[in-house]
Amino acid sequence: MLAEFLPILLLFVLATAFAGGSLLVSSLVGPRMPNPTKLSAYECGNEPLAEVQSARFPVKFYMVAMLFLIFDIEAVFIFPWAVVFRELGWFGLGQMALFIAILGVAFIYEIGRGGLEWD
Amino acid sequence: MTGHDAVFLLVALFTGGAALLTVTSKNLFHAALFLAATLAGIAGVFLVLRADFLALVQLVVYVGAVAVLFLFGLMVTRAPIGREALDGQNRGLALAVSGTLFVVLSGLIIQSFGGVRAAEVTGPGIREIGIAIFAHWVLPFELLSMLLLAALIGAILLARRESGESGEESVERRIDFGDEPSTEAGAQALPAADTAGELPAGEPVAGGER
Repeated sequence: MLAEFLPILLLFVLATAFAGGSLLVSSLVGPRMPNPTKLSAYECGNEPLAEVQSARFPVKFYMVAMLFLIFDIEAVFIFPWAVVFRELGWFGLGQMALFIAILGVAFIYEIGRGGLEWD
Repeated sequence: MTGHDAVFLLVALFTGGAALLTVTSKNLFHAALFLAATLAGIAGVFLVLRADFLALVQLVVYVGAVAVLFLFGLMVTRAPIGREALDGQNRGLALAVSGTLFVVLSGLIIQSFGGVRAAEVTGPGIREIGIAIFAHWVLPFELLSMLLLAALIGAILLARRESGESGEESVERRIDFGDEPSTEAGAQALPAADTAGELPAGEPVAGGER
């Protein structure tokens, strides 16, 4: 069973070697001729005059991550349940139904409180 | 040194290196990213021990949610990230305590499990875990759903002010032409910097409701 994961390890090693090797070779082989014009705005445009105080990082992204975590843990519990579903019979179905129903209550609360509104 | 041991050595070096970089990094954001790499390395250790379900759950829950929440928390609260945020006064004591803990823990683990060969470890597969949860530990499983319910309600209560607001603020300044707006109850000030010029001077900018 463990040998099935070996291609994944090989993929990681190859990807890391490719990315690292590209950076290494380009730093060794590439010419170095810095010029201040190369750092200015591309094609056209003005340089920024002052540092603008940007708006705060919107909290809706954090809400997405938090809601994803909760429902992801719910999904993680459905996986082993699905594997042994046949042996558990009606009792197992009732268990999972109760679990999903309680989280369904949470889901309805979230919809009602506007947790799924993007703006 | 079998192939199994070689793979474990690779994973252990990766995890240990990432953990070391987590605690020695001077940038908080880098430390959080190295923590995500460490947690992914722990998932690799689970795989080496043939616990494939645990490895995938570790990746999904820890790396995919906990580390992401860490990073988002850093960004939302605009925590000080650079070098000036580091508190370096207790480093000697911290090193002594953690070194002692490391020696004690590794001694205990090697003494207890040193005789077990890693190639012989056969942990519970996903089937046994399923049977254990749904046939033996039914009540904790249902209580867990209550815990998730509480966490979800708490998250929504804390993050949303009212339905329709996303929490994004922008600094708006009203330009007042004329007298100060009246302070009678019900008069709401509009953030109307663009319409203030159209009103004759002296009239307060009244909101839609009085």
